[in-house]
Formats: sequence, structure tokens, C-alpha cells
Amino acid sequence: MHSFGYRANALLTVAVTILALMCAIASLSDNFNSPTPSAQVQVLNINWFQKHQDGNDEISLTLNISANLQSLFTWNTKQVFVFLAAEYETPMNSLNQVSLWDGIIPAKEHAKFWIHTSNKYRFIDQGSNLRGKDFNLTLHWHVMPKTGKMFADKIVMSGYRLPQDYR
Amino acid sequence: MDWQGQKLAEQLMQILLVAFAVGAFATGYVMGSFQMMMLIYAAGVVLTTVVTVPNWPFFNRHPLNWLDPSEAEKHPKPQVQQQTPSSSKKKSSGKK
Repeated sequence: MHSFGYRANALLTVAVTILALMCAIASLSDNFNSPTPSAQVQVLNINWFQKHQDGNDEISLTLNISANLQSLFTWNTKQVFVFLAAEYETPMNSLNQVSLWDGIIPAKEHAKFWIHTSNKYRFIDQGSNLRGKDFNLTLHWHVMPKTGKMFADKIVMSGYRLPQDYR
Repeated sequence: MDWQGQKLAEQLMQILLVAFAVGAFATGYVMGSFQMMMLIYAAGVVLTTVVTVPNWPFFNRHPLNWLDPSEAEKHPKPQVQQQTPSSSKKKSSGKK
């Protein structure tokens, strides 16, 4: 503490240490938030359903996605990444996940939304398993904090079925 | 900066920084604004720098009063005495 440089150095060290501590506590404070998100997805239309020459099935859907993810946002949330996946079981694999739509929610004001869209990414099965298939639509999300730990969770919506025939 | 000034500077620095950190965190949490926390803390760090880093006069209110050179010469530094063999032996063994 005897010289200008020593004091400046000591101040910087203490200040940055305390800053790290504040960020850690801010991250821990996220655990006090118990979110209650909700989501509904309707399959409005099967636009087309066909078999590729290589034997893979592809289907195009029109979806209506509505969700309220506002409770995921805390003071330490930078943004929320959200994606909708079709999940189904085939003889080869117990879990197949195909991402159909995704989005980035930059603020709490945009976290209550609905969107009417055809699938943003192609729904292709590696094989020919989609006819008459029961599948789940799962809304996954990753909460990206300003500092600290990232959280991820999902809502599973079941009871969807693809048509028996190509069209 | 004198001895007491150095102690004061260190204590002031720590108290100010912790106080601003607590205040910034509480304000940010209540307002739900991470940015507000950062701004308040940054302001606190700047203020603490201004208060504790430069050598302000109030850190120099307890100067060391050195003896005047002429006064010091009247009281020469005590010389190390030649010690007797027995006592030196004891001391050196004890120290080692």
C-alpha cells in the first residue's frame, strides 16, 4: 500500500475477485426461480408425404406452435433457445429426433408467442418408417444466462399420428 | 503516504468495494436488471479508485518524526559486545 502502483494493483485484484463472486451468486440465484412454462402444438395439415428414390420417407407439415415461456426468464437470462423436435421409435432406434423448427427468444416480452408455420427443417426419416407412425412433438429449450450455468428442459406432447398413405 | 495512511487506504478500499458490491447486487436483484448491478458496481470501483489510489493529504496526517541528525550523533548506536565463549556457545546452539 506504500505506492500508487501497489494500491492500483490491490484495488484491481479485489474488485475483480468481488465481481466474480457477484456473478457466481447471480448464477446461483437462478435456482430460486421455479418456471411453469406451457406449450401447445397443433398439426394443421399434412402438406405432402412421399418416399424418396433412396427409400427415405419425407413429410411436410403445417404447424401451429403456441407457447408461454415467460417464466423461464430471470434477471440473469440473456436469451432462450427453443426448438421443436419430432420424436418417435423405430425398430432400429429407440429414439429418433428430428428438429422441425427452432427460434431464439431474446427477451421476456417475446416469450409468449404463437407461430403458424410449415416445418422449417425437413422431416426425413432415414428409412421408411413414417407411415402410420405415432410420434411425440417435444418442445426443448436451453436457457442461456448472462453468467453461470445453462439450463435445459422440455415439454413432451404426445398423441400425434402420421397418415397411413403417401400423398 | 505514512503508515497509518496505508492502513486506512487498505481498509477504505475493502469496505467501499464490498459495500458497493452488496448494494449493486441488491439493487440489481430487486430491479431485475443485471445491467444496473454492473453499472452501480463499476461506479463504485471508479469511486474507490479515486478515493484510495492517489496519495491524498488525509493519508499523511501521521508523519514519522525522525531524530535530527545532530541529535542522533549524540547517542551513538550501541555496538555489539564481544561475548564470553560460554554464553556465545549457548546462544549459537540455541539459535541453530
